[in-house]
Amino acid sequence: MSEVKFSKEHEWIKLEGDIATIGITKHATEMLGDIVFAELPEKGSNVEKDGTAGVVESTKAASDVYTPVSGEVVDLNQSIVDDPSKINQDPENSAWFFKLKIKDKSEMDTLMNKDEYDIFAKESSS
Amino acid sequence: MDIKKTSLYQLHQDSKAKFVEFAGYQMPIQYSEGIVEEHKFTRNHSGIFDVSHMGQLFIYGQEDLVDDLERIFPLDLKNLKLNHSKYSFLMSDNAGIHDDLIITKIKDGFLIILNAACKENDYKILKGLLNDKYKIILDEERSLIAIQGPKSVQILKSVIQGVENLNFMSGNWFTLDDHNIYVTRSGYTGEDGFEVSLTNKFADRFTRRLIDKGAKLIGLGARDTLRLEAGLCLYGHELSKDKTPVEANLKWAISKERILKGNFIGSDIITKQINNGVNKIRVGIKPEGRIIAREKTKIFNESNLEIGEITSGTFGPSVNGPVAMGYVENKFSKKNTKIFLEVRGKKHPATICGLPFYKKSYVKGVN
Repeated sequence: MSEVKFSKEHEWIKLEGDIATIGITKHATEMLGDIVFAELPEKGSNVEKDGTAGVVESTKAASDVYTPVSGEVVDLNQSIVDDPSKINQDPENSAWFFKLKIKDKSEMDTLMNKDEYDIFAKESSS
Repeated sequence: MDIKKTSLYQLHQDSKAKFVEFAGYQMPIQYSEGIVEEHKFTRNHSGIFDVSHMGQLFIYGQEDLVDDLERIFPLDLKNLKLNHSKYSFLMSDNAGIHDDLIITKIKDGFLIILNAACKENDYKILKGLLNDKYKIILDEERSLIAIQGPKSVQILKSVIQGVENLNFMSGNWFTLDDHNIYVTRSGYTGEDGFEVSLTNKFADRFTRRLIDKGAKLIGLGARDTLRLEAGLCLYGHELSKDKTPVEANLKWAISKERILKGNFIGSDIITKQINNGVNKIRVGIKPEGRIIAREKTKIFNESNLEIGEITSGTFGPSVNGPVAMGYVENKFSKKNTKIFLEVRGKKHPATICGLPFYKKSYVKGVN
């Protein structure tokens, strides 16, 4: 069974084999407000843990999207680029951002589990 | 300094507002439905905006007052009819903009609506210029509530009878439950609507009545997307001390009569710029695709020459795409000129376009 982990930058990551699916959390979308623009990394590019790997913009401001682990970008979710409001509607499921073929599974160990993230999110918003 | 709260603070809280500090006030940036929904509701129905942070400056005086104010504002105030309003500016000697404002002729004087962040400074400047000759009150006892959008006239007239007879940029006094209310048909959204000046103690009750009639509270976030789609300037962004009304492409707001005669603050520069043209000018900018160019984004021409800077940019929910305004060198300001916007290190194509992005529907000739 695959476990979902969370980063302090409010990304979620689901690992299946060596393929990680990454998106932003519901909490992140609530802080951002209506998302009206999304930019994804290039397919085939390599991204480094904690490096920027995309951008989301609300009507108010732009925010970077970071990757919680390193790897090669193997798939992109074009539907959120075409209709960014999907990110607000279903952030932790169908509105994933990109998939990585990950380099080093141990990078997953530093991330938070669901309970830890919920506490973190609650504290960081208060 | 303590953060100030408007008379509607409790109502904002009850309506689950997200607050932001703006010009020293705790103001609602949005409510639970979010900026896009609030924006669309205003365009299709009727939105209520708490703009009580803005300055309401009353100046009372007799004969000399009009002459003295004409030495300050580039307006033909002698011919401004009772209860009619004009958009204008408080300028410095070099025609830089201290503030943009709406001035309305009222009985025995004028009412001037000022930007929140500028109002204290404006008051000081005007006090100084008018030498304590007149009674000048920056009235903190009154709130200002805007109601904007196509259903606003129906909603407001069901509360205050007679407002439907006002034309765009005119106003009048009304009485409701023994409260004196000054209503103008004006706004900042590109929609038909009204701005209502009333005492602080009546503001909450009055606004709840509008909500009961179907209007909804709208935050500053949607106020910004609405005004940007309508091509309207925001002080601190399109307008500032280092820009003139001519550069801001607001020449229409300067009385032709007054340009001929001069003799108002900044008139030398204004006349020169109108006759000789300006180096930079405000334009509308339509980015291609979905890329949003925010304030300070650099603008390039097709030869990769830097020609200007964005002053406001966002996603326009009614336009369903990105919209922006900025200043470019005059020779590149023609409509349909291809330009490039540098966002996150990459140049994205865009076009200089006419304003507004969203067509207005102001009401004129009601009576």
